[in-house]
Amino acid sequence: MLKKTLKARNSELANIKRQLKFLSNGIFANGNLPTFADKINETDQFPLVPKTLEILQLNLGYMCNQVCSHCHVDAGPDRKEIMTKETMLQCLEVIKKTKAHTLDLTGGAPEMNPNFRWFVEEAAKIGIKDFIVRSNLTIIRANKKYYDLPQFFKKHNVHLISSLPHYTKGKTDKQRGKGVFNKSIEALQSLNDVGYGIKDSSFRLDLVYNPSGAFLPGNQMALENDFKKALLDDFGISFHNLFTITNLPISRFLDYLIATDNYEDYMYELVNAYNPEAVKNVMCTNTISVSWDGWLYDCDFNQMLNLKVDSKVQHISEYNEELLNNRKIIISQHCYGCTAGAGSSCQGVVT
Amino acid sequence: MSKTYYDPADLRKFGNITEWNEELGNKFFEYYGKVFEEGALSAREKSLIALAVAHTEQCPYCIDAYTKDGLERGITKGEMMEAIHVGAAIKSGATLVHGVQMMNKVNKLDL
Repeated sequence: MLKKTLKARNSELANIKRQLKFLSNGIFANGNLPTFADKINETDQFPLVPKTLEILQLNLGYMCNQVCSHCHVDAGPDRKEIMTKETMLQCLEVIKKTKAHTLDLTGGAPEMNPNFRWFVEEAAKIGIKDFIVRSNLTIIRANKKYYDLPQFFKKHNVHLISSLPHYTKGKTDKQRGKGVFNKSIEALQSLNDVGYGIKDSSFRLDLVYNPSGAFLPGNQMALENDFKKALLDDFGISFHNLFTITNLPISRFLDYLIATDNYEDYMYELVNAYNPEAVKNVMCTNTISVSWDGWLYDCDFNQMLNLKVDSKVQHISEYNEELLNNRKIIISQHCYGCTAGAGSSCQGVVT
Repeated sequence: MSKTYYDPADLRKFGNITEWNEELGNKFFEYYGKVFEEGALSAREKSLIALAVAHTEQCPYCIDAYTKDGLERGITKGEMMEAIHVGAAIKSGATLVHGVQMMNKVNKLDL
């Protein structure tokens, strides 16, 4: 099946307001399920407020060489939203003065931003403790100009976090597109070749698992063990940790849930699996997400729902950490995705 | 009234059985939860056993539940189908092994 972005399909859900409306209607409006605000209020956790800022996450653009069926960014080759050098310069200024210990570059495929390498070089000079690039792996094998990325990442001591939904070809290709599995395996082997992901190596290579359908991720440790064994036995591949991430009901995954009549069951499952302990550590309490055009959000998901931070400071050009830390975090029903079971974040479980 | 005996939405109401007998309901769910914990068998192995038994018991709720449970654990379609064949083999074997009883009876009664 040729996959397309919601935008390319002119889907109703490409209108973000429709997504937000959908998430507040139906089973939540008629009282069958409690809203997220009501739910966290049960344990006096409303309103949700930030703790110490630890992670600055920058979205370098929505352009991607893949069109994954679950993508919450609605990324794809047709998306032209790309962070400009001017915005990157503003980000660099912020990186210099932030107290955050982690810089996290994401996309789309961040490597497709024409200024990606320049930006990584500049950001690496600042010497942030943990410098993450979220690479979809296939980009490394997509074109000759990307073949040397493993060496480039190594040179700048980048911590790689890469998606691989399963250690079998069938499940991976179904979610991420035909041929993705084989290319991902080649990319992982090329990363292992330069020292990434090897036991005790300081070149971190972590994988992200997110379910290939309308179900929640299983136990992170058990899945990590299964992935490690299968990838090593079948392909000689090593990696450090596996992060399980729950699919949030927004964008293309929401479209999929509705189209397959799985939406209500999925929401019931998220709400039933609600874990108040996970609320204590949701990533919006220690992260600021910056969009390709410099706007600030509580998390990557709020960015995709165009819910800017509730603060006087809303743009990277006027960044002020102290003011931002006084904000209230914007929530809606999609937030149940981060509080189900062991919880979910860009770094995996939170409990 | 529902026009079918089984409604998929009833599965999520399973916990409500405690409302009419809290003590026994709670004991059951506590036991149930314990059974599926990691033990001498892994939780993954137990999930596959449950899936096979769900089919031999022909319980549609259990089939829904343990198919999803298997997906959550990263169990593949191939593994799930093999597990069901194990159940099917035992079911058919259990039928056929009674053929020996039939043969014994025939041999006793028939001249």
